[in-house]
Order: sequence, then C-alpha cells, then structure tokens
Amino acid sequence: MADLTVKIHNLELKNPVLTASGTFGYGREYDDFIDVNDLGGIIVKATTSKHREGNPYPRMAETPMGMLNAVGLQNKGIEYFVREIYPKLTEYNTNIIANVSDSTIEGYVNVARKMNKLDHIAAIELNISCPNVKEGGMAFGTSCPSAMAVTRAVREVYDKTLIVKLSPNVTSITDIALAVEEAGADSISLINTLLGMAIDSEKRKPVLSTITGGLSGPAIKPIALRMVWQVSKVVKVPVIGIGGIASASDAIEFLLAGASAVQIGTSNFIDPAITIKIIAGIEEYLIKHRIAKVKELTGALIT
Amino acid sequence: MKKQIAKLVVVENTPLNVKHNLLELKSHSPLTEMLPGQFVEIKVNGSESTYLRRPFSIHRVDYDKNTIHLLIKVVGKGTKSLSELEAGDSVDIIFPLGKGFSITENEEVLLVGGGCGVAPLYFLAEQLHRNGNTVNILIGGKSGEDILLHDQYKAYGNVFISTEDGSLGEKGMVTAHSIFSSHAGFGKIYCCGPDGMMRAVAHYAEKHKIPCEVSLENTMACGIGACLCCVVESVQGNVCVCTEGPVFESSTLKGWTVENEIGCSLD
Repeated sequence: MADLTVKIHNLELKNPVLTASGTFGYGREYDDFIDVNDLGGIIVKATTSKHREGNPYPRMAETPMGMLNAVGLQNKGIEYFVREIYPKLTEYNTNIIANVSDSTIEGYVNVARKMNKLDHIAAIELNISCPNVKEGGMAFGTSCPSAMAVTRAVREVYDKTLIVKLSPNVTSITDIALAVEEAGADSISLINTLLGMAIDSEKRKPVLSTITGGLSGPAIKPIALRMVWQVSKVVKVPVIGIGGIASASDAIEFLLAGASAVQIGTSNFIDPAITIKIIAGIEEYLIKHRIAKVKELTGALIT
Repeated sequence: MKKQIAKLVVVENTPLNVKHNLLELKSHSPLTEMLPGQFVEIKVNGSESTYLRRPFSIHRVDYDKNTIHLLIKVVGKGTKSLSELEAGDSVDIIFPLGKGFSITENEEVLLVGGGCGVAPLYFLAEQLHRNGNTVNILIGGKSGEDILLHDQYKAYGNVFISTEDGSLGEKGMVTAHSIFSSHAGFGKIYCCGPDGMMRAVAHYAEKHKIPCEVSLENTMACGIGACLCCVVESVQGNVCVCTEGPVFESSTLKGWTVENEIGCSLD
C-alpha cells in the first residue's frame, strides 16, 4: 500500500483528492454514489454573508469538452449555513472545507469569523475568483492590492487553515499568488473558471442570462496546469490544483506540476463516482512506479 | 429511492419516425422502483461536443422484463448519437432522478402532452389507471406524424388528439381542443410539453381551480442538485428542477399563474 496522505498547512488529508466548490453541493448529493468519507476532503458550495438567489436561468451552456456556468453564488447565507447545513456536515468523517465569498470585505470577514467558530470546518477557501457576480468575487482576485486586502482582513479573524482560490482571468497569476501569500494565505488553490461566452446563432442571442460565464471542464486543463506550475515555483505555501481533472493521470499531472493536492470539479457531473476512481488510480500509479508516498510526486516534473 | 450509475444494454432501438426513437434498455440487476415523471441521465459517447449527460423522462418501466423505455427526440449531436444505438450496445445511465408526478386516486384526470412531451405520460397513465382514475389523454403536435404511439394509451384511458395542420384528430393548437370546453370538473391535470403549452394549460387549471402538475425540461448539467444550473423561479425562490422537480404544481411556479402571452390561453 502506498502512502496517500498529504498535508496542506495544518490540514491532514488521507489522500490528495478534494472536491471543488460548487460542483459537489454539501456532499449529501453524492451519498448514493460514493462514501464521501473516502475523500481527502470536500469543499462545499460557496457561502456568503447574506442569502443570494443567484442569476436567472439559463445559467449553463455546454461547450466542447466543458461547460459555462453563471450560477452566481446562489446560497442561503451564513446564518442558514450554521443553523441548517453545518449540523449535517458534522456527520462526515473527512475534512470539510467551506468556500467563502461575498461582495464586500466586511461580508467576507463576517462569514470567515462565523466559520472560525465551527469545529468541523477544517479550513476555509477564500473565493476571490467567482466571475459570475457583479460586485466582489473575481473583482477582488484580479488586482494585487484588493486580493491582499481581502486576504489580510480575513486572516485577522480566521485562525485555521486559510486557502485562497485564484482567478485565472489575470495578466500575471504569479503576482496575485505572491500577494495573497504575503497577506497570510496558508495555501493557494487554482484555477477558478475562465471567463467565457456562448452564442446561439439561430436566435442571435447569448445562451446565458448573464451573457458571460465561467468555463470549466477538460477544455481548461492545459491552462490550469500551466498556472499551477508557474505558481508553485514562486510560492512557499502548498498549492492545490484545479481545472478539468477527469482521471487519475490528470490528477498526477497536477501533482507533478507542483500541486500538493487536487480538486475535482465538473467531472463529478459526468461521473458522480469519479473521485473514488481517481484515488484508486493514483494509488495504482504509485505502486506501478514504486513510489512510496504521494508527496514525492509534488513538483517532481523532470524538465 | 437510491440513485445509481449503471450500464444498461440496448434491447431494441425502434425508429418511430425521422425524428423520434423508442429506446429499450435492460438492466442485469432488478430495477429499483421508479415513479412516473422521474428521469434518467445518459452519457453520450464519442463526441467532444457532447460532454455532459443528457436527461430523458422515463417513458415506461417493464419490471417483468427489467427494462426501461425512453422516448428520444433527435435535436442535436447527442440525441442523434443515441438514435443510432444498436441492440447489444451498452449505455451509461444514472437513475432514477428527480421527483415524479403525484398519483391521485379515483378521480377523472386529464393528461396533456405536446410533441415529445408525451414521454412521461405513458408511465403516468398506467399508474393513474391502476389507482382507479378515469384517465383522459390529450396529445398534440404539429402534424399526424408528431403524434407518437397514440394507440398504446388506449389500454389506460380515452385518447384525444389535435394537430395544427388537422392531419390527425382536431385541427388547431392542443390548447384549443374541445375537451377543455366539453368536459368539466377534472380532478387533476398533468401536463408535459412546450413551455407555452404548459403555461396555457396551467392557466386553464388555475381558472377552473383544478390542481395542475407540469413537468419542466430545463437545461441541466449534473441532474442531482449539485450544480444549481437548472433552476426555476418558484414561490420559494430559485429551486433545482432536477431535484425539486422536474414535476411541479403549477401554482408553485412564479409567473405561471398569470395569463400567458403566447396567444393560446384557454377559457
């Protein structure tokens, strides 16, 4: 048996496979298909300070090897999360990570402060990269000063592992990564979706109600891989790779590029049991290549 | 009702006309209990442009043969590829998904289906008939060839047909059929079809104070309530069609209780 454990700051993961926020609900949506406890952890749907209805339908467009979404952070707010959702999450025996978003720094701080008091929330992932909201979200993640400001403000009220999720919609991903590391991030996850667009030529109309949306799926994997590689070379904190992972070999590519763990997102929609298959596939790879620990793969790219 | 991912085998793929196929899929293990109105999600292989699964209503379940029947309308590459499946091929499927129609007892009910919207109505008619209801089934389409498998419903109720070109049944929109004026006092109306048709039927039901259930077919990604892409605006805010529906009481949908603007309102 190979050692699949990894560490993200203070977070001990039984394996490097996490689920990406917004693609895995609150875990229970997948209970019929897998034992969620077998995962390294789950990152639950973004929580904001206040209830948000999200964007109008249509919110999704299928694209070659991927999809655009414009959900817009639909959730019932932190109060509801603490009261109704959190108690159910405590029944899981794996790391529960909360994705935190908002439109103002005060909002982020409010959510982070409340998450800090919840024992079973092992870490938070600061979402400064959602492309589907008019205010906040990606706006924070596309400039160094604002990315630093929101990370610093949350760092002051949050004691546990703080992961910051970056947007790929920037000129220099390494500048943003260095900025949030300096502001106190314990780990960096990337990438969130790429801003994209779909048009129905017959109707001469955009497919999405918001016109633009976030692209995810295997189509974005090469970009994600490149950004993980660039970022992991310049930061000291552990990096979590996200973007179009659909197989164990995809996951291993991200580890080789420098990630310590990975998140599986859109692929959960195609195969709700994909995460378990990826974990098994990583172990097979380690055995086949006589590698004792998955940690040894991180950054082991031969160039 | 536990959801499952399975590989089912194509028993038969029968072309009904140029656009429609009836696909019969067999399970090796005994089929779980399913409800009329529930749906499945099928993975389409072989094309980069058909990345996501495709949702289909369950048309019929044959527990004796352990098969599920799906009515497939060819609208794009994914459904085209499914229409070309042959006996013996394997299909990757997730089922059963969503909430089905509620089955009333000992009432006179009306089922309205437009085009491929008849897909869940066979299964529904069968269950309603079994529960002692007097079942009326109204099927509408552009022309006679769009009226699919109408003879099969006769075992469970009275069948009424309307076509826009008058080639089969009454001429006109389905919502203009004489059954709406000649029959009174349906205990319940069930409806599946184009959005405008369902809104018109829902409006009729509201006006006559008849409970009405409609089955929506919003675009979906996951089908299991995780992605929040398929939402409809309900009186409780945006809810997932894949888990809270696809069947909804029309009175719970926002904007469905006012007269529609498509010119086929019913009295």
